[in-house]
Amino acid sequence: MELLTNQILAGIATGAIYACMALAVVMIYQAIDHLNFAQGEMAMFSTFVAWQLMQWGLSYWAAFVAAVALSFVGGIVIERLLFKPLAKAPILTNVAGFIALFAIINSSAGLIWDFTIKQFPTPFGSSPFLGSQLISTHQAGMIGVTLVLLILLFFFFRFTRIGLAMRAAAALPESARLVGINTSWMIALGWGMAAAIGSIAGMLIAPVVFLEPNMMGGVLIYGFAAAVLGGLTSPFGAVIGGFLVGIFENLAGTYIPGVGNELKLPIALALIIVVLVVKPAGLFGRAIVKRV
Amino acid sequence: MSAVQEVVTEAPVVDAVPKRAMTLGFGTSLAVLALLLVVPIFAKNFIIFQLTMLLIYALAVMALNILTGSSGQFSLGQSAFYAVGAYSSAILMEHANINYALTLPISGVICFAFGYLFGKPALRLSGVYLALATFALATAMPQLLKLNVFEPWTGGVQGLVVDKPDAPFGLPMSQDTWLYYFTLLVSVAIYIFSVNLLKSRSGRAFMAIRDNEIAASAMGIDVALYKTLAFGVSAGITGVAGALGAIAVQFVAPDSYTITLAISLFLGMVVGGVGWLPGSIVGSAFIIFVPNIAEGISKGLSGAVFGVLLFLVIFLMPHGARQMAMLGQQLIGKLRR
Amino acid sequence: MTAMLNVKDLRAYYGQVQALHGLEFGLNEGSLTTLLGANGAGKTTTLRAICSMVRSTGTIEFEGAPLLGRSTENIVRLGIAHVPQGRGTFTTMTVEENLQLGAITRKDSAGIVSDIERMYDHFPVLKQRHTQQAGTLSGGEQQMLAVARALMLRPRLMLLDEPSFGLAPLIVRDLFRILGKINREDKVTILVVEQNAQLALELADQAYVIETGRIVMSGNAADIANNEDVRKSYLGY
Repeated sequence: MELLTNQILAGIATGAIYACMALAVVMIYQAIDHLNFAQGEMAMFSTFVAWQLMQWGLSYWAAFVAAVALSFVGGIVIERLLFKPLAKAPILTNVAGFIALFAIINSSAGLIWDFTIKQFPTPFGSSPFLGSQLISTHQAGMIGVTLVLLILLFFFFRFTRIGLAMRAAAALPESARLVGINTSWMIALGWGMAAAIGSIAGMLIAPVVFLEPNMMGGVLIYGFAAAVLGGLTSPFGAVIGGFLVGIFENLAGTYIPGVGNELKLPIALALIIVVLVVKPAGLFGRAIVKRV
Repeated sequence: MSAVQEVVTEAPVVDAVPKRAMTLGFGTSLAVLALLLVVPIFAKNFIIFQLTMLLIYALAVMALNILTGSSGQFSLGQSAFYAVGAYSSAILMEHANINYALTLPISGVICFAFGYLFGKPALRLSGVYLALATFALATAMPQLLKLNVFEPWTGGVQGLVVDKPDAPFGLPMSQDTWLYYFTLLVSVAIYIFSVNLLKSRSGRAFMAIRDNEIAASAMGIDVALYKTLAFGVSAGITGVAGALGAIAVQFVAPDSYTITLAISLFLGMVVGGVGWLPGSIVGSAFIIFVPNIAEGISKGLSGAVFGVLLFLVIFLMPHGARQMAMLGQQLIGKLRR
Repeated sequence: MTAMLNVKDLRAYYGQVQALHGLEFGLNEGSLTTLLGANGAGKTTTLRAICSMVRSTGTIEFEGAPLLGRSTENIVRLGIAHVPQGRGTFTTMTVEENLQLGAITRKDSAGIVSDIERMYDHFPVLKQRHTQQAGTLSGGEQQMLAVARALMLRPRLMLLDEPSFGLAPLIVRDLFRILGKINREDKVTILVVEQNAQLALELADQAYVIETGRIVMSGNAADIANNEDVRKSYLGY
């Protein structure tokens, strides 16, 4: 029983990574109604930018803020240049676009910073949290930041005019235009915000998985799975989903025989799919009634 | 949490392709076939090998076209079926001494069953959820193939070696050339089968499901049956492609069948034109040759160059090669007047 | 009096299919005009063309400014509110959020707050339900909400597409009475597309009849209502 509790706690700790990534995923989903496969790579690139700024002498927090700001702008630029032209193209073509973006960013990062592992600092230190062997101060910090982001997003969407406009543009684009909202720019803004959140996720994750161009591959998939599990329309669901995915992953590794590191991912995904078959909109998503 | 449900008139994930436009005209098809028959005479063995792979991937892309393009189910997991087909063929040849040609239909049937079984739980998923499920399948496959418990059959991490067959009846051609013609024969047969399938009642059922699942079900179409059937057929054809691939490449190993293959096949479908069967060969050419071109342009940035080339293609032809074919048809129509 | 809205030689297309064939009409400031016609005649298309929601050629001028070529949201910002067919309510948001969205392009927060109160005066039922999700409202209430949302823009021109659709006759009378009031007191020019010709002609002062993408009849609403031939040929009663 104690092993189970420990594994659950450890799962929550690792799940903080997925929760943070899942927030960025839900953010972009709110804006464009599908998942951006290049999001992990964008987060990775932002983290490298922060690392580079620190190499050039900036303090951690200066680099952090700069990276978030640059990511926000970068996200908007990428959307305006590469995806606005594809706005009328079929969805599958847009997916191919995400894949192309993935390849470009991953390859560029590899060329600029090469594939050797680098250390990325954490502002939280890495001693045991409150003396517990299961959660480090960094992991506690991750959970804290994720929760703060969640609260900020909640306030943004519920209590600001821009947040209201973005929700409207995502819900019913044509009606949104009829009240004067520029839905095209709402999409760009969504990309910017998703990129910014992704950069925060990347900078929190890098101290744990170490900074290298392929660091976000597995994390992104878990992030998707977490977002889907929580319900793609719910940032709160995304965070809960992230923690649950961390727990699933840990329990699968501990209790299912023969599951080494490589099979953890498919097993976790399989578990999520089982949940989805029972609750197709995810745990906290809005039930969708489909009409002809 | 509110009790209000979001009422969605679901836009189909996949655009409709008019049936008329599903294939090339008879004359164009014959011309392409003639070209494919004649090319090996002028080419060296390595080029013939690449052409064989071109046909094999075209088969796999065509299978994906049947699944996504006509029945509207989004799959990122075709590499799993390809792997099962490849391994089935290799294991039958290596451990049961079965003739290479016979392994094709057997692999096809095994993969059909596998696809059909996977299609059943997938019935309740669509769009991003199905994509995630098929993605899970694709990532799991290489790991499953490495599992110790299967090693006596699969050869574990190292895989199995496969013998390339000689031309039958002592025909005077190299192994590569014979394999090319054999593959061409199988491909043409499957292409004709697929075209007829899509023009048949089943094909119409697929397309009705793609365009509006609820309406199709209201019309009396057994949606569950046709969706799983589409998965099965698609998996079966991909399995045959995998078997041919195993013979062409002369070995099977778990890391040859990763998610990268599934993503490549997806890109091949988009570049060729979703739902347009003849485009499969264009898509296949893209995924075989463009990465090499990209590497030729810049070794260090090959991924980035590939991405840029891919963007160029989708900016110029968002609907894939089908767009160019339609433009060509319009031009020819105008010239005739 | 120069017309507030001037439409000349308007042709509209859905893909290859042409829906409007050289439409011409004008709206005077302060008028309440109704556009009548059978199903498929092009009434909805006309409203959509004014708001740049369908591919069109020709000339549309609003207070002298050309509309074709502008985006929908920019046309709305000029002061044209459009209550679409099916109402376009943001069903997952509250009644009050829907009203706030109507005013999303305005900068005067005090004015917005007082306008919301005015909407609650016009439509008391909305005040009762102001924290409810808009999707839980009845058809009639959603129509009121849609009109209120449009008014939050403080529009100079309001376009309504079949507001009576799916509503009980008593509710329609109530709605039309309120529209008349808005036209007279708030000085909003109104163009109402309707299939329910009888009620529309009672409300409006001007009327146009459209058939297969062309205006076939125009004039005083009262004259048209009294003209038995016109009623039988074009309006079905």
